[in-house]
Amino acid sequence: MTSVAAPAPAAAAEVPKVQESVAAKIMRWLAKAPVQILLIVIGLLWLVPTIGLFATSILPAQQLASKGWWQIFSKPSLATWSNYHALLHNHGMVNAFKTTAYIAVGNTLLVVVFGAMAGYAFAWLEFPGRDWIFIGVIGLLVVPLQMALIPMFRLYDTFSLYGTVWGIVLFHTAFGLPFAIFLLRNFFTGIPKDILESARIDGANEFLIFVKLILPLGLPAIASLAIFQFLWTWNDLIVSLTFGVQPITVWIFGQLREFGTSIDVIAPAAFISLLIPLAVFFAFQRYFVQGLLAGSVK
Amino acid sequence: MEPPLAAAPPESGEGRNWGRYVAGAVFLAPALFVLGVWVVYPVVYTVLRSFFGQSGYLGTWVGLDNYKRLFTTSTLETAIKNNAIWVAVVPAFVTSIGLLFAVLLEKIRWKVAFKTVVFLPMAISAFATGVTWRIMYQQDPNLGAVNALTRSVKDVFNQPGVLSQAFPSTSGLQQASPGGAMVLQRPLATGSVALLGLTGIAPADVPKTAVQAVQPPSKPGTIVGTVWRDFKPGGGKVGVVEKGELGLPGVTVELRSAAGKTVQSTTSQPDGSFAFSGVSPGSYRAAIGAQTFAKPFAGYAWLGPKLITPALLIAYIWIWAGFSMVVVAAGLAAMPRDVLEAARTDGASEWQVFRRVTVPLLAPVLIVVLVTMVINVLKVFDLVIALAPESTQQNANVIALAMWRTAFGGVNDFGTGSAIAVFLFVLVIPVLMLNIRRFRTENK
Repeated sequence: MTSVAAPAPAAAAEVPKVQESVAAKIMRWLAKAPVQILLIVIGLLWLVPTIGLFATSILPAQQLASKGWWQIFSKPSLATWSNYHALLHNHGMVNAFKTTAYIAVGNTLLVVVFGAMAGYAFAWLEFPGRDWIFIGVIGLLVVPLQMALIPMFRLYDTFSLYGTVWGIVLFHTAFGLPFAIFLLRNFFTGIPKDILESARIDGANEFLIFVKLILPLGLPAIASLAIFQFLWTWNDLIVSLTFGVQPITVWIFGQLREFGTSIDVIAPAAFISLLIPLAVFFAFQRYFVQGLLAGSVK
Repeated sequence: MEPPLAAAPPESGEGRNWGRYVAGAVFLAPALFVLGVWVVYPVVYTVLRSFFGQSGYLGTWVGLDNYKRLFTTSTLETAIKNNAIWVAVVPAFVTSIGLLFAVLLEKIRWKVAFKTVVFLPMAISAFATGVTWRIMYQQDPNLGAVNALTRSVKDVFNQPGVLSQAFPSTSGLQQASPGGAMVLQRPLATGSVALLGLTGIAPADVPKTAVQAVQPPSKPGTIVGTVWRDFKPGGGKVGVVEKGELGLPGVTVELRSAAGKTVQSTTSQPDGSFAFSGVSPGSYRAAIGAQTFAKPFAGYAWLGPKLITPALLIAYIWIWAGFSMVVVAAGLAAMPRDVLEAARTDGASEWQVFRRVTVPLLAPVLIVVLVTMVINVLKVFDLVIALAPESTQQNANVIALAMWRTAFGGVNDFGTGSAIAVFLFVLVIPVLMLNIRRFRTENK
């Protein structure tokens, strides 16, 4: 019986609530309308440059001599993939794309492996001077990479690392490691101590603990780090420019002198260069934001 | 390969400790090796190198000369000044825009969409951003979106004239200054006919509605006249309205008194004719108003020497606003809701809640964003080198770019280059100290 009685007051209570909420909804919407409109306008403004780059990249160069990229909206038939087609058959560009991929992937792997190992050591292994060494690593967090350009230029020359992908990968690894170690050490210290202790009592050695426990448990932090590092090196210009390697950024840089006449090459190349980061960003947005927060708020 | 000693289960305290030490060393070795070779050694070398001359492993000792050059060479001075502008403007703007967006976001349903859109530029390289904005900033309003937008706003208040360029066809009509009004020198009385002939108008610039020019008949009590293109293929006779010559519609014609005051104003018909009726007797002058020749908006030179730094700042803020918004929004989400609710129940307005509760509670987050942005801005490089055209890069110079140009841009002055790098390093040392202090207090 109670099951019948119970819905009645609920239904009765719902009727005025519905009426109220329709009126309230309109009122609420009206109150919020200025904010909504403002944010829509801001959002559109924020999108314009990226849309502009894409529109420019799919227009023939002669169309861009007298009219802006927004002509695409009145004449969509002008759109063509020929700029992209030409780029894909350009050896310089294809090689540059490969170089970028090698640098970004190689660097991400090294930073994650070395960073996780060091992070684990700082979090869970005991050895003399541990905290002092860690303070040293924190000190390196903000060292501008400009400090290393001149000495490494000399050293690379001596050890034939100039102009090699390895040279770029290692350089980025060094400047990515302080943040990696800082982030992962903080994350690893949050792993409950008894899990590690019981593994040790069971006779697992540190290497096993690292591979079987720390890495899986630390995956969220490792993922954020990997994405960050990947984007950072994918987008690098200064290091490759200095040490004579040609990823996409440097390749485009070489075309910039003729900005007006090479726009049909520059725009699609720039757009290709940002496609991969965008894909990574959309696929792993959550980790990206987490990494950002860990890096700044902590 | 596994460290053999670490594998040993706890036997004696000593053995176990040694195992741990070795394990620690093995786990740290790769990172410390890379950091030692690529960061620590370079820092020591660069600091030393900054006291030596231009070339060589160390070169000749020059003491503080390289540092003096930092503040006496004009290009480096520009770089330091520009970087000071960056530090003064960007962190404050980025933080407040982020705060504004984060607070406004709370009021809408499509938070995620908005966040994604504003955050997007963070994933794009500073270099690609430079290329993108260079397209946006082109000076010709027909090509650059920023100037196109400015033009459409400006045109609402400031219509461009119907004729972009024109010259008087006879010396009877005179223009005091380029782009100014043209005054017919001959005094006019009521019943006169004023002939205002213009030349030097490109066929494309003739208004579309123009028809064959007509010289209206004189009428008592009225001053009439024609504005026309006093030219036809083959030349024609100057100062005479002929067949094949077009009237100029939409031209502003003013009737001025002897004292030079405009008493009446009208615009010409498609055949170029105009009439001032109800004119009291006296001596008058006819003139073509200056607004007829008002130049269309030619676009601001965003990429020129004067505006290049503001242009860069805008693009940079476009990149980093998303970062600030996301961090502040996370701070907002972690804020105790009941405090805000309590303030609202106590009758505080939204603005008061924002000023007195939200901002103070968010202060630590806002400071983190500010400090992060100061560091980022000090190191700015890619955006400048991509966005600023070669010709204005001197005007847009910043410390990191000056360092690179000095050391690798042809002169290859490693001494001064090192000094600039050290200068940059010294600027971020306060943040370095802050980081270390924070770690030590957290670990106590």
